[in-house]
Amino acid sequence: MNYFLTEEQQMIKELAAKIADEKIAPVALKYDEEGIFPHDIIQVIADSDLCGVYIPEEYGGLGGGVFEMCLVVEELSRARAGIALAFAGTGLGIFPIILFGSEEQKRKYLPPVAAGKMLGAFALTEADAGSDAAGIRTTAVLEGDEYVLNGTKQWITNGGEADIYTVIACTDRSKGARGFSAFIVEKGTPGFSFGKKENKMGIRASATRELIFENCRIPRENLLGREGMGFLVAMKTLDRTRPGVAAQALGIAQGAFDEALKYAKQRVQFGQPISSFQAIQHMLADMAIQIEAARCLIYQTCRHIDSGEKSISKESAMAKVMASDVAMKVTTDAVQILGGYGYMKEYPVEKRMRDAKITQIYEGTNQIQRNIIALELVKESSSKKQQ
Amino acid sequence: MDVIVCIKQVPSTNEVRINPETNTIIREGVEAIINPFDMYALEEGLRVRDRMGGKVTVLSMGIPSVAELLREAISLGADEAILLSDKAFAGSDTLATSYALSMGIRKIGKYDLIICGKQATDGDTAQVGPSLAEKLGIPHTTYVRKIEAMEEGYIRCQRLTDDGYEVVEMILPALITVVKEINEPRLPSLKGMMRSKKAVITTWNAEDINANKDLCGLKGSPTQVIKTFTPVHDIKSEIIEGTPAEQAKKLADKLLSLKF
Repeated sequence: MNYFLTEEQQMIKELAAKIADEKIAPVALKYDEEGIFPHDIIQVIADSDLCGVYIPEEYGGLGGGVFEMCLVVEELSRARAGIALAFAGTGLGIFPIILFGSEEQKRKYLPPVAAGKMLGAFALTEADAGSDAAGIRTTAVLEGDEYVLNGTKQWITNGGEADIYTVIACTDRSKGARGFSAFIVEKGTPGFSFGKKENKMGIRASATRELIFENCRIPRENLLGREGMGFLVAMKTLDRTRPGVAAQALGIAQGAFDEALKYAKQRVQFGQPISSFQAIQHMLADMAIQIEAARCLIYQTCRHIDSGEKSISKESAMAKVMASDVAMKVTTDAVQILGGYGYMKEYPVEKRMRDAKITQIYEGTNQIQRNIIALELVKESSSKKQQ
Repeated sequence: MDVIVCIKQVPSTNEVRINPETNTIIREGVEAIINPFDMYALEEGLRVRDRMGGKVTVLSMGIPSVAELLREAISLGADEAILLSDKAFAGSDTLATSYALSMGIRKIGKYDLIICGKQATDGDTAQVGPSLAEKLGIPHTTYVRKIEAMEEGYIRCQRLTDDGYEVVEMILPALITVVKEINEPRLPSLKGMMRSKKAVITTWNAEDINANKDLCGLKGSPTQVIKTFTPVHDIKSEIIEGTPAEQAKKLADKLLSLKF
């Protein structure tokens, strides 16, 4: 299908695909099994100028938007989702600076990220604050010209590997959701350490760790926006990065589908390739339909967001829910098509089934996404009635 | 340090098909790529430039569409690209090819090092590199696996052999052909790809490079391919049965009877 990508977008997609096929696919199994962080592949991505596709040109990026970021994530995830996550997780940590950073903050942090010299991470989740972000216990108290952070963040993608962390902490408990603020914390700041590295079901090449703040003092100018804007920073950021999770899910699904189709053409049973059996053909057709539909929704959502539209939460959530549910279904079916081989680690589909699951959970569970969608639908309907 | 890298267009397949009537390679319907060994040559040229300054010029002889492959070389970081293209070059063997390339290089003028892949994956002759050096009257080393040292007017490199490697020193300008052990070629960068779209590929014909047409193309090619065929490997095998001791004795007897 012709997606009417611009020449530049086409180049980004092709280049990311080349990295996926030539640099990631041959070593992907090793990264999954050993759970190693893919520094050398990030260097390849950096050398290809892809780290800064979504960063404005004046800060060393290529001046693209959410769409360009998603094209890279999709193609890298087709080879391996965990490795793509180092790139996507950085986007999540850096978008708050793009959206709410001061000129000084942008000048300081965006160019090294665009050059691939620094990685980012976003720290919202805590042990008791997942879907209910208002339960955040990490605090930030202003003392003179410094904020003092205390608390523990959990399951932070790129934790320990990233150089720049956007951290949401409570600055005024009495104000509820308006009492949160967003801060930039650099790795190496005294009082900032990393807890255990999680042993995960999938995306094993991605580092997921606890962030521990013990009287961690950061300069006052590391506050993003103003005090009390933390929740807004988080929500506006997630609106723009959920399509990234959707793109990751899409890449996983596409990778699983490609393997299933290839296998179905090769595997001979009852004297013929299994791709000649209607039961398999219909499965493949259904997988392809779902992938294509997810891609159309994601690409259109990206265009919607990058056009500058203000109302993007519902669309962003829809893309994330649909693509991640598609990824789960398609990867499960891919394992089914490969049969016993599909269940084995030597074959490249069980890994994708494990990877797909997380896309239904992180950056807001699909249940929370449906809440967001429904809430927006009701709001839109009410405002229409008033008109 | 100015480097010239010679690249060749080859069909992207290991199964090169030959037209049995004309004894030439069938290129229709097969994707054209840069000869894989030339990618190592280009990477080495880029590394020399990145280390020592100067520029990398890629040079190829071929049909006009080869310009697209030269663009790919620019997207990888080459500074300039020149295509030698003229009907007079059609049907060149390795001698005529190296003649045309040498005339192109004379027109380019200044250079310190010429790098070629060790051979092309279609013809597999490995002749153009050395032949080009002879035409230009410069020293050359084939099968280079590492450039050990390089400075103004001097290069020391390791040449891969069956048993190990030789260390060869040459005065510059010189030509080397490289093997795949020398490096790992980079991928293009996005900025390189954008630059390559706009890049001007200089095209020179036979007159532009003052080539004697009698030495170009079919006319200048003494090579005549009489026949091309896939060799038939007719190997008979025999399994020797018995205990290891019996097997060893039977094998030894057999070898002795064959006067090994």
